[in-house]
Amino acid sequence: MTKCLILSMEEWAEKKNKEKIIVEKINLKIGEFTCVEPISLINTFNAAVLGSWLDSSEITIETIPFEGKCSKCNRSYFPKKENGYKSPCCNLNLDEIISGRELKIASIDFKEK
Amino acid sequence: MHLPISDKIELNILHQNSHQAEKNKVKFNNYNLLCLNIMSSPGAGKTRLLEITLEDLSTEFQSAVLEGDMTTNLDAARLEKLNIPVVPITTGRACHLDANMVSGGLKLLEKKINPHILDILLVENVGNLVCPAEFEIGEHFKVALLSITEGEDKPLKYPIMFREADLILITKVDLLPHLNFDINELKSNISSTNPKADVIEISSITKSGFDLWQKWISKKILKFKK
Repeated sequence: MTKCLILSMEEWAEKKNKEKIIVEKINLKIGEFTCVEPISLINTFNAAVLGSWLDSSEITIETIPFEGKCSKCNRSYFPKKENGYKSPCCNLNLDEIISGRELKIASIDFKEK
Repeated sequence: MHLPISDKIELNILHQNSHQAEKNKVKFNNYNLLCLNIMSSPGAGKTRLLEITLEDLSTEFQSAVLEGDMTTNLDAARLEKLNIPVVPITTGRACHLDANMVSGGLKLLEKKINPHILDILLVENVGNLVCPAEFEIGEHFKVALLSITEGEDKPLKYPIMFREADLILITKVDLLPHLNFDINELKSNISSTNPKADVIEISSITKSGFDLWQKWISKKILKFKK
Protein backbone atom coordinates (compact mmCIF):
# COMPACT_ATOMS: atom_id res chain seq x y z
CA MET A 1 0.00 0.00 0.00
CA THR A 2 2.91 2.34 0.84
CA LYS A 3 4.43 1.61 -2.57
CA CYS A 4 1.11 2.44 -4.25
CA LEU A 5 0.94 5.70 -2.32
CA ILE A 6 4.47 6.70 -3.35
CA LEU A 7 3.79 5.76 -6.99
CA SER A 8 0.63 7.90 -6.91
CA MET A 9 2.66 10.79 -5.51
CA GLU A 10 5.30 10.34 -8.23
CA GLU A 11 2.57 10.39 -10.87
CA TRP A 12 1.07 13.56 -9.38
CA ALA A 13 4.47 15.25 -9.14
CA GLU A 14 5.29 14.56 -12.78
CA LYS A 15 2.61 17.08 -13.71
CA LYS A 16 3.95 19.69 -11.26
CA ASN A 17 7.69 19.75 -11.97
CA LYS A 18 8.95 17.81 -8.98
CA GLU A 19 12.19 19.81 -8.68
CA LYS A 20 10.31 23.03 -8.00
CA ILE A 21 7.96 21.93 -5.22
CA ILE A 22 8.12 20.87 -1.58
CA VAL A 23 5.32 18.61 -0.40
CA GLU A 24 4.30 19.50 3.12
CA LYS A 25 1.28 17.30 3.76
CA ILE A 26 -0.37 14.35 2.08
CA ASN A 27 -3.92 14.20 3.38
CA LEU A 28 -5.45 10.75 3.17
CA LYS A 29 -8.94 9.41 3.72
CA ILE A 30 -8.82 5.82 4.91
CA GLY A 31 -11.97 3.83 5.53
CA GLU A 32 -12.35 1.71 8.65
CA PHE A 33 -13.38 -1.28 6.52
CA THR A 34 -10.08 -1.63 4.63
CA CYS A 35 -6.91 -3.63 5.14
CA VAL A 36 -4.95 -0.50 6.07
CA GLU A 37 -3.80 0.24 9.60
CA PRO A 38 -3.22 4.03 9.58
CA ILE A 39 -0.24 4.11 11.96
CA SER A 40 1.51 1.35 10.01
CA LEU A 41 0.99 3.24 6.76
CA ILE A 42 2.49 6.39 8.31
CA ASN A 43 5.49 4.51 9.72
CA THR A 44 6.26 2.60 6.54
CA PHE A 45 5.82 5.73 4.44
CA ASN A 46 8.22 7.70 6.66
CA ALA A 47 10.79 4.93 6.40
CA ALA A 48 10.36 4.49 2.65
CA VAL A 49 10.78 8.17 1.72
CA LEU A 50 13.87 8.88 3.84
CA GLY A 51 16.32 10.84 1.70
CA SER A 52 13.86 11.17 -1.19
CA TRP A 53 11.98 14.22 -2.50
CA LEU A 54 9.11 13.30 -0.12
CA ASP A 55 11.36 13.19 2.95
CA SER A 56 9.93 16.36 4.48
CA SER A 57 6.30 15.51 3.82
CA GLU A 58 3.86 14.53 6.52
CA ILE A 59 0.93 12.14 6.24
CA THR A 60 -2.39 13.05 7.81
CA ILE A 61 -5.19 10.52 7.91
CA GLU A 62 -8.89 11.16 8.21
CA THR A 63 -10.57 7.93 9.21
CA ILE A 64 -13.86 7.36 7.39
CA PRO A 65 -16.34 5.40 9.49
CA PHE A 66 -17.63 2.03 8.41
CA GLU A 67 -21.30 2.55 7.68
CA GLY A 68 -23.83 0.12 6.29
CA LYS A 69 -27.46 0.33 5.23
CA CYS A 70 -30.15 -2.04 6.46
CA SER A 71 -31.68 -3.85 3.49
CA LYS A 72 -35.12 -3.92 5.12
CA CYS A 73 -35.71 -0.48 6.64
CA ASN A 74 -32.98 1.47 4.75
CA ARG A 75 -31.59 2.94 7.98
CA SER A 76 -27.85 3.54 8.06
CA TYR A 77 -25.84 2.01 10.92
CA PHE A 78 -22.29 1.38 12.07
CA PRO A 79 -21.62 -2.38 11.71
CA LYS A 80 -19.77 -3.98 14.61
CA LYS A 81 -17.72 -7.17 14.44
CA GLU A 82 -19.05 -8.21 17.88
CA ASN A 83 -22.56 -8.16 16.43
CA GLY A 84 -21.55 -9.99 13.24
CA TYR A 85 -21.98 -6.68 11.31
CA LYS A 86 -25.77 -7.09 11.57
CA SER A 87 -28.12 -4.13 11.44
CA PRO A 88 -29.27 -3.26 14.98
CA CYS A 89 -32.69 -2.17 13.69
CA CYS A 90 -33.78 -5.39 11.91
CA ASN A 91 -30.94 -7.77 12.89
CA LEU A 92 -30.08 -8.44 9.24
CA ASN A 93 -26.74 -9.34 7.67
CA LEU A 94 -24.50 -6.64 6.23
CA ASP A 95 -25.85 -5.71 2.82
CA GLU A 96 -24.92 -2.36 1.30
CA ILE A 97 -21.78 -0.57 2.47
CA ILE A 98 -22.23 3.21 2.43
CA SER A 99 -18.72 4.15 3.54
CA GLY A 100 -15.57 2.68 5.03
CA ARG A 101 -13.92 1.28 1.88
CA GLU A 102 -12.08 4.53 1.02
CA LEU A 103 -8.36 4.46 0.24
CA LYS A 104 -7.84 7.98 -1.06
CA ILE A 105 -5.38 10.81 -1.34
CA ALA A 106 -7.83 13.61 -0.57
CA SER A 107 -5.42 16.51 -1.08
CA ILE A 108 -1.76 17.44 -1.18
CA ASP A 109 -0.40 20.58 0.48
CA PHE A 110 2.75 21.83 -1.20
CA LYS A 111 4.88 24.93 -1.67
CA GLU A 112 6.71 26.15 -4.73
CA LYS A 113 10.42 26.72 -4.11
CA MET B 1 9.15 30.76 -1.17
CA HIS B 2 5.44 30.87 -1.99
CA LEU B 3 2.40 30.29 0.20
CA PRO B 4 1.25 26.67 0.58
CA ILE B 5 -1.14 25.41 -2.07
CA SER B 6 -3.69 22.67 -1.43
CA ASP B 7 -4.33 20.44 -4.42
CA LYS B 8 -7.59 18.57 -3.83
CA ILE B 9 -7.17 15.46 -5.95
CA GLU B 10 -9.44 12.81 -4.33
CA LEU B 11 -7.37 10.06 -5.96
CA ASN B 12 -7.66 6.38 -5.09
CA ILE B 13 -4.31 5.21 -3.71
CA LEU B 14 -4.73 1.98 -5.65
CA HIS B 15 -5.72 3.65 -8.93
CA GLN B 16 -2.57 2.55 -10.79
CA ASN B 17 -3.22 -1.04 -9.78
CA SER B 18 -6.89 -0.73 -10.70
CA HIS B 19 -5.95 0.71 -14.10
CA GLN B 20 -3.59 -2.20 -14.81
CA ALA B 21 -6.23 -4.67 -13.55
CA GLU B 22 -8.69 -3.21 -16.07
CA LYS B 23 -6.11 -3.68 -18.83
CA ASN B 24 -5.60 -7.30 -17.74
CA LYS B 25 -9.34 -7.88 -17.81
CA VAL B 26 -9.62 -6.46 -21.34
CA LYS B 27 -6.90 -8.91 -22.39
CA PHE B 28 -8.68 -11.84 -20.72
CA ASN B 29 -11.91 -10.82 -22.44
CA ASN B 30 -10.19 -10.56 -25.81
CA TYR B 31 -8.84 -14.08 -25.29
CA ASN B 32 -12.32 -15.23 -24.20
CA LEU B 33 -10.57 -16.47 -21.08
CA LEU B 34 -12.29 -16.63 -17.70
CA CYS B 35 -9.97 -15.66 -14.85
CA LEU B 36 -10.42 -16.75 -11.24
CA ASN B 37 -8.38 -15.30 -8.38
CA ILE B 38 -7.91 -18.06 -5.79
CA MET B 39 -7.11 -16.73 -2.32
CA SER B 40 -6.73 -18.09 1.21
CA SER B 41 -4.41 -18.20 4.19
CA PRO B 42 -1.28 -20.37 3.80
CA GLY B 43 -2.11 -24.07 4.06
CA ALA B 44 -5.85 -23.85 3.41
CA GLY B 45 -5.43 -26.19 0.44
CA LYS B 46 -5.25 -23.98 -2.66
CA THR B 47 -2.64 -26.01 -4.52
CA ARG B 48 -4.25 -29.37 -3.73
CA LEU B 49 -7.60 -27.94 -4.81
CA LEU B 50 -6.03 -26.90 -8.12
CA GLU B 51 -4.37 -30.29 -8.65
CA ILE B 52 -7.73 -32.07 -8.43
CA THR B 53 -9.68 -29.35 -10.24
CA LEU B 54 -7.30 -29.15 -13.19
CA GLU B 55 -7.44 -32.88 -13.67
CA ASP B 56 -11.25 -32.88 -13.53
CA LEU B 57 -11.54 -29.89 -15.88
CA SER B 58 -9.15 -31.36 -18.45
CA THR B 59 -11.84 -33.50 -20.11
CA GLU B 60 -13.95 -30.47 -20.95
CA PHE B 61 -11.84 -27.30 -20.77
CA GLN B 62 -8.34 -26.00 -21.50
CA SER B 63 -6.79 -24.46 -18.40
CA ALA B 64 -3.66 -22.58 -17.38
CA VAL B 65 -2.33 -21.38 -14.05
CA LEU B 66 -0.46 -18.34 -12.79
CA GLU B 67 1.09 -19.53 -9.55
CA GLY B 68 1.92 -16.85 -6.99
CA ASP B 69 4.42 -17.67 -4.28
CA MET B 70 6.68 -15.53 -2.12
CA THR B 71 9.94 -17.43 -2.35
CA THR B 72 9.72 -20.78 -4.13
CA ASN B 73 8.41 -22.53 -7.24
CA LEU B 74 7.35 -25.60 -5.26
CA ASP B 75 3.62 -25.23 -5.95
CA ALA B 76 4.22 -24.46 -9.63
CA ALA B 77 6.34 -27.63 -9.89
CA ARG B 78 3.45 -29.68 -8.45
CA LEU B 79 1.00 -28.29 -11.01
CA GLU B 80 3.38 -28.64 -13.96
CA LYS B 81 3.18 -32.41 -13.47
CA LEU B 82 -0.40 -32.19 -14.79
CA ASN B 83 0.92 -31.11 -18.21
CA ILE B 84 -0.88 -27.80 -18.27
CA PRO B 85 0.77 -24.42 -18.82
CA VAL B 86 1.92 -22.99 -15.47
CA VAL B 87 3.72 -19.70 -14.95
CA PRO B 88 5.28 -19.19 -11.53
CA ILE B 89 5.24 -15.64 -10.16
CA THR B 90 7.66 -15.22 -7.27
CA THR B 91 6.70 -12.09 -5.37
CA GLY B 92 9.81 -11.81 -3.19
CA ARG B 93 8.86 -9.88 -0.09
CA ALA B 94 5.40 -8.93 -1.34
CA CYS B 95 2.54 -10.72 0.42
CA HIS B 96 0.11 -10.58 -2.50
CA LEU B 97 -0.10 -10.55 -6.28
CA ASP B 98 -0.82 -7.20 -7.87
CA ALA B 99 -2.10 -6.38 -11.34
CA ASN B 100 1.40 -5.67 -12.71
CA MET B 101 2.70 -9.04 -11.58
CA VAL B 102 -0.26 -10.77 -13.23
CA SER B 103 0.33 -8.76 -16.41
CA GLY B 104 3.94 -9.99 -16.40
CA GLY B 105 2.76 -13.54 -15.79
CA LEU B 106 0.32 -13.29 -18.67
CA LYS B 107 3.11 -12.15 -21.01
CA LEU B 108 5.14 -15.23 -20.05
CA LEU B 109 2.07 -17.41 -20.57
CA GLU B 110 1.63 -15.91 -24.06
CA LYS B 111 5.16 -17.13 -24.89
CA LYS B 112 4.25 -20.67 -23.79
CA ILE B 113 0.85 -21.00 -25.40
CA ASN B 114 -1.70 -19.14 -27.50
CA PRO B 115 -4.21 -18.01 -24.84
CA HIS B 116 -7.01 -18.10 -27.43
CA ILE B 117 -7.12 -21.88 -27.01
CA LEU B 118 -7.66 -21.57 -23.25
CA ASP B 119 -11.00 -21.49 -21.43
CA ILE B 120 -9.93 -20.68 -17.89
CA LEU B 121 -6.98 -19.10 -16.13
CA LEU B 122 -6.64 -19.94 -12.45
CA VAL B 123 -4.48 -17.50 -10.51
CA GLU B 124 -3.27 -18.88 -7.19
CA ASN B 125 -2.57 -15.89 -5.01
CA VAL B 126 -0.02 -15.75 -2.19
CA GLY B 127 -1.30 -17.31 1.05
CA ASN B 128 -2.62 -14.33 3.02
CA LEU B 129 -6.09 -13.26 4.15
CA VAL B 130 -5.35 -9.53 4.20
CA CYS B 131 -3.66 -7.78 1.25
CA PRO B 132 -4.84 -9.98 -1.67
CA ALA B 133 -8.38 -8.83 -0.87
CA GLU B 134 -7.55 -5.20 -1.72
CA PHE B 135 -5.56 -5.73 -4.92
CA GLU B 136 -7.59 -6.37 -8.06
CA ILE B 137 -5.72 -8.35 -10.71
CA GLY B 138 -8.31 -8.22 -13.49
CA GLU B 139 -10.11 -11.38 -12.39
CA HIS B 140 -13.73 -12.09 -13.25
CA PHE B 141 -14.41 -13.84 -9.94
CA LYS B 142 -12.73 -14.12 -6.56
CA VAL B 143 -12.68 -17.46 -4.79
CA ALA B 144 -11.68 -17.60 -1.12
CA LEU B 145 -10.81 -20.84 0.65
CA LEU B 146 -11.22 -21.30 4.38
CA SER B 147 -10.19 -24.56 6.01
CA ILE B 148 -12.06 -25.69 9.07
CA THR B 149 -8.81 -25.94 11.05
CA GLU B 150 -8.59 -22.13 10.92
CA GLY B 151 -11.62 -21.59 13.17
CA GLU B 152 -15.18 -20.38 12.80
CA ASP B 153 -14.32 -16.74 13.50
CA LYS B 154 -12.12 -16.02 10.46
CA PRO B 155 -14.81 -14.31 8.34
CA LEU B 156 -15.27 -11.82 11.17
CA LYS B 157 -11.53 -11.38 11.75
CA TYR B 158 -10.67 -10.95 8.06
CA PRO B 159 -13.94 -9.47 6.77
CA ILE B 160 -12.61 -7.78 3.62
CA MET B 161 -11.40 -11.07 2.14
CA PHE B 162 -14.74 -12.80 2.71
CA ARG B 163 -16.77 -9.72 1.74
CA GLU B 164 -14.97 -9.49 -1.60
CA ALA B 165 -15.26 -13.19 -2.49
CA ASP B 166 -17.84 -14.40 -5.01
CA LEU B 167 -17.43 -17.97 -3.83
CA ILE B 168 -16.19 -19.31 -0.50
CA LEU B 169 -14.92 -22.89 -0.39
CA ILE B 170 -14.92 -24.42 3.09
CA THR B 171 -12.06 -26.90 2.82
CA LYS B 172 -10.88 -29.98 4.74
CA VAL B 173 -14.43 -30.88 5.81
CA ASP B 174 -13.35 -34.53 6.08
CA LEU B 175 -11.78 -33.46 9.40
CA LEU B 176 -15.13 -32.42 10.89
CA PRO B 177 -15.64 -35.62 12.95
CA HIS B 178 -12.24 -35.13 14.56
CA LEU B 179 -12.55 -31.47 15.53
CA ASN B 180 -14.63 -29.43 17.90
CA PHE B 181 -15.81 -27.21 15.07
CA ASP B 182 -19.25 -25.69 14.50
CA ILE B 183 -19.76 -25.44 10.73
CA ASN B 184 -23.11 -23.69 11.16
CA GLU B 185 -21.41 -20.96 13.17
CA LEU B 186 -18.86 -20.57 10.38
CA LYS B 187 -21.62 -20.33 7.77
CA SER B 188 -23.44 -17.79 9.90
CA ASN B 189 -20.25 -15.70 10.15
CA ILE B 190 -19.81 -15.93 6.38
CA SER B 191 -23.41 -14.75 5.85
CA SER B 192 -22.86 -11.88 8.28
CA THR B 193 -19.91 -10.64 6.26
CA ASN B 194 -21.13 -11.52 2.79
CA PRO B 195 -24.72 -12.75 2.46
CA LYS B 196 -24.41 -12.86 -1.35
CA ALA B 197 -21.44 -15.24 -1.62
CA ASP B 198 -21.89 -18.81 -2.83
CA VAL B 199 -20.59 -21.33 -0.29
CA ILE B 200 -19.44 -24.89 -1.00
CA GLU B 201 -18.08 -27.43 1.51
CA ILE B 202 -15.25 -29.43 0.03
CA SER B 203 -12.71 -32.13 0.87
CA SER B 204 -9.63 -32.92 -1.19
CA ILE B 205 -9.37 -36.29 0.60
CA THR B 206 -12.90 -37.66 0.09
CA LYS B 207 -13.56 -35.40 -2.95
CA SER B 208 -16.90 -34.43 -1.46
CA GLY B 209 -18.14 -31.12 -2.82
CA PHE B 210 -15.94 -31.26 -5.91
CA ASP B 211 -18.95 -31.99 -8.09
CA LEU B 212 -20.54 -28.70 -6.93
CA TRP B 213 -17.29 -26.77 -7.39
CA GLN B 214 -16.81 -28.17 -10.90
CA LYS B 215 -20.42 -27.32 -11.70
CA TRP B 216 -19.84 -23.76 -10.42
CA ILE B 217 -16.77 -23.36 -12.66
CA SER B 218 -18.40 -24.93 -15.73
CA LYS B 219 -21.42 -22.66 -15.37
CA LYS B 220 -19.19 -19.57 -15.12
CA ILE B 221 -17.10 -20.59 -18.15
CA LEU B 222 -20.12 -21.38 -20.33
CA LYS B 223 -21.90 -18.16 -19.35
CA PHE B 224 -18.72 -16.16 -19.97
CA LYS B 225 -18.20 -17.68 -23.41
CA LYS B 226 -21.75 -17.02 -24.61
